[in-house]
Formats: sequence, structure tokens, C-alpha cells
Amino acid sequence: MFPEALHISIREPINDLVQSIVVNYGFVFKAISQVILKAILLFEWVLRGLPWWVVFAAFLVLTWASCRKPGMVAFVAVLLFAVGAFGLWDLTMQTLALMLISTVIAVVIGIPIGIWLAKSQLMRRVTLPLLDIMQTMPSFVYLIPAIMLFGLGKVPAVLATIIYAVPPLIRLTDLGIRQVDGEVVEAATAFGGSPRQILFGVELPLATPTIMAGLNQTIMMALSMVVVASMIGARGLGEQVLNGIQTLDVGKGLEAGIGIVILAIVLDRITQGFGQSAQKGRTNE
Amino acid sequence: MSEIEIRNVFKIFGADTRTALAMARDGADKSAILAKTGCSVGLNDVSLRIPPGRVFVIMGLSGSGKSTLVRHINRLIEPTSGEILVDGRNVLGLSAPELRDFRKSRVSMVFQSFGLMPHRSVLQNVIYGQRVRGLSRAEAEPIGMKWIETVGLTGYENKYPFQLSGGMKQRVGLARALAANTDIILMDEAFSALDPLIRGEMQDQLIQLEHDLAKTIVFITHDLDEALRIGAEIAILKDGKLVQVGTPHEILTSPANNYVARFVERRSLQGGEQHG
Ligand SMILES: Nc1ncnc2c1ncn2[C@@H]1O[C@H](COP(=O)(O)OP(=O)(O)O)[C@@H](O)[C@H]1O
Ligand SMILES: [Mg+2]
Repeated sequence: MFPEALHISIREPINDLVQSIVVNYGFVFKAISQVILKAILLFEWVLRGLPWWVVFAAFLVLTWASCRKPGMVAFVAVLLFAVGAFGLWDLTMQTLALMLISTVIAVVIGIPIGIWLAKSQLMRRVTLPLLDIMQTMPSFVYLIPAIMLFGLGKVPAVLATIIYAVPPLIRLTDLGIRQVDGEVVEAATAFGGSPRQILFGVELPLATPTIMAGLNQTIMMALSMVVVASMIGARGLGEQVLNGIQTLDVGKGLEAGIGIVILAIVLDRITQGFGQSAQKGRTNE
Repeated sequence: MSEIEIRNVFKIFGADTRTALAMARDGADKSAILAKTGCSVGLNDVSLRIPPGRVFVIMGLSGSGKSTLVRHINRLIEPTSGEILVDGRNVLGLSAPELRDFRKSRVSMVFQSFGLMPHRSVLQNVIYGQRVRGLSRAEAEPIGMKWIETVGLTGYENKYPFQLSGGMKQRVGLARALAANTDIILMDEAFSALDPLIRGEMQDQLIQLEHDLAKTIVFITHDLDEALRIGAEIAILKDGKLVQVGTPHEILTSPANNYVARFVERRSLQGGEQHG
């Protein structure tokens, strides 16, 4: 036995800390929670409130806009139809709403941080190891701080998803900007471009394909978090899978699992399509 | 008309610039400094007066510090020590907004590897300087079209850089610098990617430009024929040091040392047909 006298417990201090944060700054978390919840409800209201064929058509239009391949549009149509046929449409829309809101917030957080990393050596040196740690930690770990501060429900599920999914977007934004040809940036500088003009007129447009690859990875990671997030109150396909596991209803779990896979494929194709069309028009291919 | 003065400029690339600078001041040469401090000497005590309204040529082998030197004039590179004056005004003393104004209105540049923006069309590249200055598209485009025509790229204005050959890209870079309408133009091996015929045409145009518009042109080349043809004065660099400054005639008739003599010699060996 390890000697009793050498035991160290961080349990009490951590609990006290969380307690005092919640007591003293509860209003901050409540406000954040309110905003995110409103956003989730709005997304759900739109996706679940619209007739299925409107959402269906919107997906097909988006697919067409991303890659302009009729074959791909037909493929996406078949997949989405399968979702409906399995009776998973409503659950899929719930999951999609959570995904979209997580992705939007991840973009709002991730791209500015990525830009900051690209611009500041110090910031990169501090942040990159942090991102390494974040990406090697099991996704369950992210549930802990989310629950501590926000309790159970959709909001902590979204926050845990964001924390888990945002690192690739930060990394690839940073990479994309640093990869921009130095002489192009130099030329823009030499003609008197301001840092803002260079960022928005040169660096971000040229980094777009890389940033889109990061966005694609972020969406995929967010989807992989769906089942885990349902353990703390995210509804939708993840909850269905969890139910299937808990009641040993393998068929039910598998159906919902297929729904998740289909969502993943569709979102992957669409974001990759946009990434590739951003690449075109500036390279030989 | 703008006069450029470069005073005792040192540029050291690397971490321990202080030791390296002290060594350079004591007269140590580039390889000794590199061996001792790991720093690369870009420029070593360069002082130059570039007269207004002429073509001033900078020559030297690859790695001799030509690109580094011209980048000091628009402060794309900060010197480790020394001063740069344009019309008597200290460029190093400019604040960030003043420096941007200086770059917008006084000095433009043609880059060795073009530096074109791949996501903008030829025309949008050419009018970049004017757009940054705040001109609307409608105001800037006629100016751009005029310079596209001058460099012989009419019909390509809506193409993208990846659709052009190296020589065409170089002409886009040239048009961009000319369209900015500054009185100083820095040209870093601006003609090196052109084939001989177009190169000759461009040289003629440059001489014309100098006559018509009285621009101060700082022109980098490692081709002595080109230097002799267009340069009113020629400066020769070696390992970051200025070796000789003089008129083409002086360079040809009294080379300062072996290094310069070799440039001249190689030319006469090649047949060295005499240009204008
Ligand atoms: N950013 C840099 N970092 C380190 N060394 C550099 C850098 N830029 C130039 N140098 C060094 O400075 C010297 C001069 O380079 P450069 O001005 O590009 O020469 P040139 O244009 O005459 O070929 C070279 O030895 C080069 O290695
Ligand atoms: Mg060079």
C-alpha cells in the first residue's frame, strides 16, 4: 500500500473552487448559457420546423454549389433519403442543429486564434503544446468542466463539443496563413497595404483552402462527439445510440449510428467541395 | 525627382547581431563572421548616393546583397545599423502610417520572383497600388489598362497569374510598379525572366520612361550588358560590401579590382557586342 500520509487530494480544493466560481460568477455562465441556448433553439426551430423537403432541397443546392457534380448531388440525395426512410429525420435535424451551432462558434473562436498564432511567435509557443494536450485527451474529459460550470443539458454538450473540435481549425488557420508566399505579402507591404488590408485581402483568401480543410476536420470531430455529448443531455442521434446500447437494442443503436455516418459523409463532401473550389482559379489543375 | 542616400548601412541576419556587427566594423570578412557567430552578413558598411531622375544599376554575384540593399530603401528590411534618407528625410524615422504613405506615394517595387497575388486577375494585380491608395475600381482600372498595354499584355487583363508564363508574370509585376506612379521604382532583377527580344524592348522602354517621366530607378541585374546599356551609374557589390561605383565608362576602363575586372572580362570573352 502506498503510505496514507503521502496521499494528496485535489478533490476538495477543486470542488471548492468550482463552488466559488459558480457562486460568484454564476451570472456570467448563466448569460453565456442563455445566449447559446437561444441560438440552439433557433437552429432547431428552423431545421425541425421547416418541411423536410425544404431542408432536403437546401442540402442538394449546397452540394451543387460546393462541387458542381451531378453525381455527387444524386449521391447526397440518396443518403438523405435513407435517413428519412429509417425514420431518423427529426433526430438527425436535432443533431445537425447542435453540430451547426458548435461549428459556428468554433469558427468564431478558432479562426481569430489561428490568425493570432500565425502572427505571434510567443502565442504559438504557448498555444501549440496546449492544443497537443487537448487533442490527446479522451473526449470524455471535456464533459467535466462543461458540467461543472453549466450543469446538464444542451449548452454544456455544445461547449464540450466546441472545445474538443476547435483545435484543428486553429492549427490549420495558423498553418494556412504562415504558408502564404512571403514575397506576395512583401509585395502587398511594399505597395503600402496596411496589416488589415493584407490580412483580409491577401493572407486569408490565400489561406482559405487550408482553413476549409481545418473546418472539415472540426466538423468531423464535432460529429464524433455526438454520442459522448448525449451522455450529458444532447438530444438527437447520439441519444438514440446511447439508448440502443443501454437497452441492448442493437438494431436501434445501429440505425442511429448509420444516421451519424450519413451526416458525416454529407457534411464532409460539402466542406471538401468548397475547399477544392477555393483552391481552383489560382493553381494549375 | 527623388534622391536616395544610404549611409553606413550594415545588415546582419542572425541571432547574435551585436558581436557580428562589432566584427564587421573591425573589418572581419563575411566568412569569418559566419564561422564565429553564425550570423550572415547581408550588407557591410554600404554608403551610396543615388541621384534623382536616373537609372542607377546595382550589380553583383548571387548572394552579394543586392536584394537586401534595395529592400532597405522602402524599409522592407530594417538595417542593423546606418541611415537611409530619401530627399533628405530619414526613412527609419517614419511611423507606421507615415511609412505606409511613403510606400504608397513615393516608392514602388518589382520583385525578383514576381510577388503576384494568385487570387487576383492581372488587372487587379496591376491596380493594387492604386486600390490601396483608396481609388475605386472604376477610377483605377483605366490606369491599369494603360500600363497593361504598355508592357504588351493587352488581352490578358482578366487572366490569373497561374495562366501566364514567367516572362508575362514579370511584365505584370512591372506594370504594377509603373501603375503605382511613384517617383522611385526599385527593380529587383526585373528583366531576368524575359526572353532576349522582349528584354531589349523593355530596356528601351525603361530608358524612355526615365527620359519622359524623370523617375529614379534602382535596377538590379547581374548582366553587365544590361547594366551598361541602361545605367547612368553602376554600383558593384561583393559579399555585402560596395566594391566600386561609377559610370559605365569608368567601370569598363578602370575596374577597381579583380572582381570587377572579371565581370568586364567575361563580357569581352562572350563577344561583347557594343550597345548604345
Ligand atoms: N532573411 C534572411 N535571413 C538570413 N540570411 C539572409 C536573409 N536574406 C538574405 N540573407 C543573406 O544575405 C546575403 C545577401 O542576400 P541577397 O540580398 O538576397 O543577395 P542577392 O540578391 O545579391 O542575390 C546572402 O548571404 C543571404 O544568405
Ligand atoms: Mg536577389
